[in-house]
Amino acid sequence: MKIVVVRFPGSNCDDDAFHVCSRVMGASAEFAWHKSVSLPTADALVIPGGFSYGDYLRAGAMAAHSPVMGAVKQFAERGGPVLAICNGFQIACEAGLLDGVLTRNAGLRFICRDVHLVVEGRPTPFTRAIPAGRILRMPVAHAEGRFVHPDVETLEREGRVVFRYCDVGGGETVAANPNGSTKNIAGICNRQGNVVGLMPHPERASESELGSADGGLLFESLKLWLQGSGERARSAT
Amino acid sequence: MKAKIFVTLKSGVLDPQGQAVAHALCRLGFDEVKDARIGKYIELELGDQGASEERLRAMCEKLLANTVIEQYRVETVE
Repeated sequence: MKIVVVRFPGSNCDDDAFHVCSRVMGASAEFAWHKSVSLPTADALVIPGGFSYGDYLRAGAMAAHSPVMGAVKQFAERGGPVLAICNGFQIACEAGLLDGVLTRNAGLRFICRDVHLVVEGRPTPFTRAIPAGRILRMPVAHAEGRFVHPDVETLEREGRVVFRYCDVGGGETVAANPNGSTKNIAGICNRQGNVVGLMPHPERASESELGSADGGLLFESLKLWLQGSGERARSAT
Repeated sequence: MKAKIFVTLKSGVLDPQGQAVAHALCRLGFDEVKDARIGKYIELELGDQGASEERLRAMCEKLLANTVIEQYRVETVE
C-alpha cells in the first residue's frame, strides 16, 4: 500500500501527512515534487496543507497549474483516491478536481483551533468506515476557508457534502461555523466520490497524544478501502 | 502593448475585506462611504504585437480570475 504526498513550494503539512501515512497508518509513503510531470506508482494521493506559492493571486491558484497536477488529474480520473487537506482542498478546487471556491474567512481572521465535524454524504474511500452522523474533532488553520459554491443544493442532492462544521453535540449552528462557509460545509467530494477535500486537518489529529485521534479514522478508512479494493481485484482475476 | 486587468468579486459574494475597509473609512470620518469592494488590478506587458481579445480572456478564465466568485474586465493600451 503506497501513499504519495504531493509537495509544492510552501507546503507545510507535507511531513505530517507523510508521518500519518507511514507511521500511524502503516503504509509506505513517498513524496512527489510539484515539478515532476509523473507520479510514482501510488494507491492513493494526499495533497497536503500549507501556503503553496505563498498564496499568490488566490490560495491554490498557482499550484493548480504546476507540472505535477496533470498526473494528479489523471490519477483522479482513473478513480484513484485523493485526499486534499486545507491548502490541498484550495488547490483541488482551483484545479477543477473539486467544485467550488475557498475564499476569505467571513471574520477575516486566520483561525487556528479545534472544530467539530459531522460526517455525512455518500461513502468515500476516506469516510467509508466512519458511520454517518459520527462527530469528529480536529483542528482548522486557515484564513481562506469559506466555502462558496454556485449550486449547493446539487452537491447535497448528490451526497457530495462529506463534512459539516457542527457543535460538540452535532448541531450545525452558525456559532459552530468558523469561517462563514455556505451551510457549514467543511468538506466535499467529486462526482465519483474518490476525491475528497476538507479544510480541517485530519493529519494533525490522528494520534491521541495530539489531543484527538479522530482524523486517523480517515486514514484508517482509506486503508480498509484499499485492502478491500485489492481483494476485489484479486477475486476478479 | 499593455493589458490592464481588473478582477472584482461578483455582486452577492460576501467581501469581508471590503466591509472592514468601509468601516475603517467611516471611523476616519468619511461617513459617506456605504460599502467597499476589494478587487485586484493586474498589468500585463505584452510586447509589440499585443494579444488578441480571445487570448486575454483565456488568461483571465484559466488563471487570473476564479469565475465562480469573480468577474473581470480587460483594457488594452498602446
